[in-house]
Amino acid sequence: MSGFGIGASLPRLEDARFLEGRGQFCADVALPGMLHAAFVRSPHAHARILAIRKPVGFEEQVFCAADLAGVGRIRSTAKLPGFKPSDWPVLAAGKVKHAGEPVVMAIGSTPAEAEDIAAQVEVEFAQLPPVVSMWDALKSGASLVHDEWGDNVLVDLKLENGDLAAAKAAAVHTVERSFRMNRMHPLALEGRACVASYDSRLDELVVYVAHQLPVPLQIGLSQVLGISQRRLRIIAPDVGGSFGLKTYIESETVCVAWAAMKLRRPVRWVQDRYESLVCDANCRDYHAKVTAYADASGKVLGMECDVIVDSGAYSPWPWPAGIEGGLAMGNMQGCYDIRAFRGRAINVVSNKPAGQPFRGVARPLSCLGHEVVMDALAEAVGIDPVEIRLRNFVRPEQMPYASITKKTLDSGNYSAALKRSAELIDLPAVRARQKKGEPDGRLIGVGFASFYEQTAYGTGPFGYALWGIELVPGMEPAVARLTGDGELILEVGTHSHGQGHETVFAQLAYEVLGIDPRKVSVRFGDTSTSPVGTGTYTSRSMVSAGGAIVEACRLLQGPISKIGAHLLQCQEADVSLRDGRVFGPRGSVELAEIGRAWYHHPEDLPEKMDVAGLTATAGHKPHDPGVFAYSAHAAVVAVDPEVGSVEVIDYAIVADCGKRVNPLLVEGQVIGGFSNGLGNALYEESTYDDQGQPTATTLADYTAPTAPSIPDVKLEFIETPSPYAMFGIKGIGENGAIGPPAAIANAVNDALRPLKASVFETPITASRVRAAVMRARSAGGA
Amino acid sequence: MKPAPLSYSRPEALSGVLDALRQSSGDARVIAGGQSLGPMLNFRIAQPRQLVDISRIDALCTTAMEGDALAIGACVTHARIEDGEIPDVTLGLMRHIARGIAYRAVRNRGTIGGSLAHADPAADWLATMIALDASVRLQSTPGVRQLKVADFVVGALDTQIVEAEVISHVLVPRLTASARWGHNKYAKKSGDFAESAAISIFDGERGVARVVLGRRAEPPALMQRTSEQLAADGGRPSGGAEAAVEADLRSLGVKPGDWTMHRVIVMRALRDMAT
Repeated sequence: MSGFGIGASLPRLEDARFLEGRGQFCADVALPGMLHAAFVRSPHAHARILAIRKPVGFEEQVFCAADLAGVGRIRSTAKLPGFKPSDWPVLAAGKVKHAGEPVVMAIGSTPAEAEDIAAQVEVEFAQLPPVVSMWDALKSGASLVHDEWGDNVLVDLKLENGDLAAAKAAAVHTVERSFRMNRMHPLALEGRACVASYDSRLDELVVYVAHQLPVPLQIGLSQVLGISQRRLRIIAPDVGGSFGLKTYIESETVCVAWAAMKLRRPVRWVQDRYESLVCDANCRDYHAKVTAYADASGKVLGMECDVIVDSGAYSPWPWPAGIEGGLAMGNMQGCYDIRAFRGRAINVVSNKPAGQPFRGVARPLSCLGHEVVMDALAEAVGIDPVEIRLRNFVRPEQMPYASITKKTLDSGNYSAALKRSAELIDLPAVRARQKKGEPDGRLIGVGFASFYEQTAYGTGPFGYALWGIELVPGMEPAVARLTGDGELILEVGTHSHGQGHETVFAQLAYEVLGIDPRKVSVRFGDTSTSPVGTGTYTSRSMVSAGGAIVEACRLLQGPISKIGAHLLQCQEADVSLRDGRVFGPRGSVELAEIGRAWYHHPEDLPEKMDVAGLTATAGHKPHDPGVFAYSAHAAVVAVDPEVGSVEVIDYAIVADCGKRVNPLLVEGQVIGGFSNGLGNALYEESTYDDQGQPTATTLADYTAPTAPSIPDVKLEFIETPSPYAMFGIKGIGENGAIGPPAAIANAVNDALRPLKASVFETPITASRVRAAVMRARSAGGA
Repeated sequence: MKPAPLSYSRPEALSGVLDALRQSSGDARVIAGGQSLGPMLNFRIAQPRQLVDISRIDALCTTAMEGDALAIGACVTHARIEDGEIPDVTLGLMRHIARGIAYRAVRNRGTIGGSLAHADPAADWLATMIALDASVRLQSTPGVRQLKVADFVVGALDTQIVEAEVISHVLVPRLTASARWGHNKYAKKSGDFAESAAISIFDGERGVARVVLGRRAEPPALMQRTSEQLAADGGRPSGGAEAAVEADLRSLGVKPGDWTMHRVIVMRALRDMAT
């Protein structure tokens, strides 16, 4: 259906309120009698708490762990072999495990007063040796983050398949690369925030919270607070970006919710950027060593990888830290037809904030892994980086293809995407320019990255259910309700915090029911009114909630057609829905007439109407283990070997997410993801000193790319519908973030090749490039 | 975060500022644009009891020629300099520098006097004013004193300003028509403080040849050998420039990891003059 349906680049319906400043974020929620919370945070990475002294006169406004009667600990579990769950106290008890960990909550009548009271709290610490890096964590005799564990290993995962010994024996080329992807912050525009209020009429605790998983938070928070789910209402209002950050049970939310119950007054906490950079869950923080064994032509026979993930002090709920290592290892073979594999992923804990999945979740590391070894292999064989990939890709005729790591690569053409990305940057022209040299002395380099992304994870068996974690996605629900005036309300269990669901979900309804999207309300983010879904993550909303919306709207077609046919005096089979009307062979009626008949004039209804009437509830269960989108990225960089700066002078992405419901929004998702990936590649790093003190605590030190740093990306799409999803839709939310570290690292190393220098650490900062050039020069390179 | 409790006053005249400072017994801070002090207050790194806002004092927002120097009121914003609202005595150098300071939002409020008083070593004005051999005029109740910016700055975030003093003007010597300047800087990204910045000035008629290197953590340094070489080359850098730059970098104790960056930034500033 044309116009507003699938494939229409409809501008976002929600934009008007955001652009006019009419959005309602947690910081906009002001309730009568509201109090404000501030937290005293640990100044040490690792220390024993000896004493807490509350300021005199403020004893009733200052709370420490011992005061939180009835509040449990946050315990995120998994059934992975040897997995150790962490006991996460909402306020530190006994010892603090990272700088910034909340120790005391102070309540004031204004945020400033709460901070003033917090500043007067005295906490006495005895410092302990901190575990700062993954290498510290693994040292024998290392200080222990969790004393009861005996070591600092959260989980040690192994995955073996195929005959690796045979691959090694047959190998003509063996290449090995080690690289480091440093810790990042998800850096949403809006920080974390919550407002809690007790409703005595409903005997219900209402928690407004910037979050992307309202229902899971309701489940988790009810466990930690010890109150039943029916008495806990979570409202995630407008949320200013999340990228995976706002998915866990945050200590502050638990404390504020508890305080609202205890004080019987609304309490709000809105963090600032400093607090965000110091204490939020971080992401990335990996090391990997990848080895590829190939025959004379460069065809990879086998692969080995060893991944280490620094998961910080605690496992967030519901996604424990171990899944990062599992994902990094389990996608390391990439889009390549490799039949022997050995992987190991060790997740360690350290005295830094918890590690949390972030847009792309471990796949940027996998991508860096398989793409860096592909370039190494191209060099070893003496062929072009495009050619080496073409020789190894899984081919369209092999699909659906079961990978060595149990992924089902369902559809697409990896070669076509890569070749097109090379055309978009005009590879021959770039090579000529590279050979000629730049007038300003900069070095040109080209890098590629091809990868797939498993999106819209199913239940199992090779995903969430296998890990045995707290939250396994299954059936995602949607409710569609025609109103008395012939308009539509859609209710979903996913959450939009920048994605544009209010627009694209309405487009799906238009596709089925022919209702103008401007007459459709898309409701989500309130556990009292939304159906019970699991939220927005793993690039799943369009596939899962979208599927449910289509199912619900199709169900709604039944009663609408039946009533319409009755009013039009024709057969139900002869009516069709379009332009907000029901058409019969002779004439049409408005949907408002259908609504009027059902709600106000049942005397006009046909006999034997289903009692559900004009409300339809449906669920959609995505395919196991998900649907597989993919992309090819091509980067052209200019590297100044003296200054060390890297400029991305051209960048192309060819993506395939199957059918695009709203191409404009898909483009926005990919470019937005690319910006995260660019930050990952060149700019963003959460740095710590040797005592575990965070040193990137403002946006002056935590450098994220801004508009002038972001190149115009040449973006094209290949549309291969997935055989496993409704309309062939594959997820696209994270795709853009996965490729840039690999493509840009390969491009930088291509540029530095004449100097025999290379950088295998992200972000690729100027000082790292200078260090690499210096090492190469002192080693007697060019 | 929110500032610790403090009182705030906004005198209409400089005398009011000086009175407030004198009576404050050392726990007052002067605020102009607040682009550095604002965040420091919110982080509670700075916890003055009193804030004296000088941004509304007309006398500090104007400029006037004083002989061969332009006296720029301390509260003149970067944006006004960028927009060419003050007389150009530096052949466009100050406009060029102003345009590269942080972001327009910062430039709209940030002031030249505030920047020098804060003395962030990586700040653009500090290196520029040292290169221009500019001075600051410091007012206090007892009187007025004037210091070369190079002497005014003692170290990172450290100046010779004393408690009851306020910068009233920055005095920038006029470059002659035949003078030339060069500038280059590298920042991690647009709007950031520079990791390395170099400004070179040659004004033959006045016998001025000054090359200054700005860095992230150390105060800007006048590059002695490079400046002498520039004078010897008559303002058109020659083959001898590189050796002079390297000698200066050695005496400044530049770390090996930063060496090539600073060398190339200074060389580019010099080359910028030659064209």
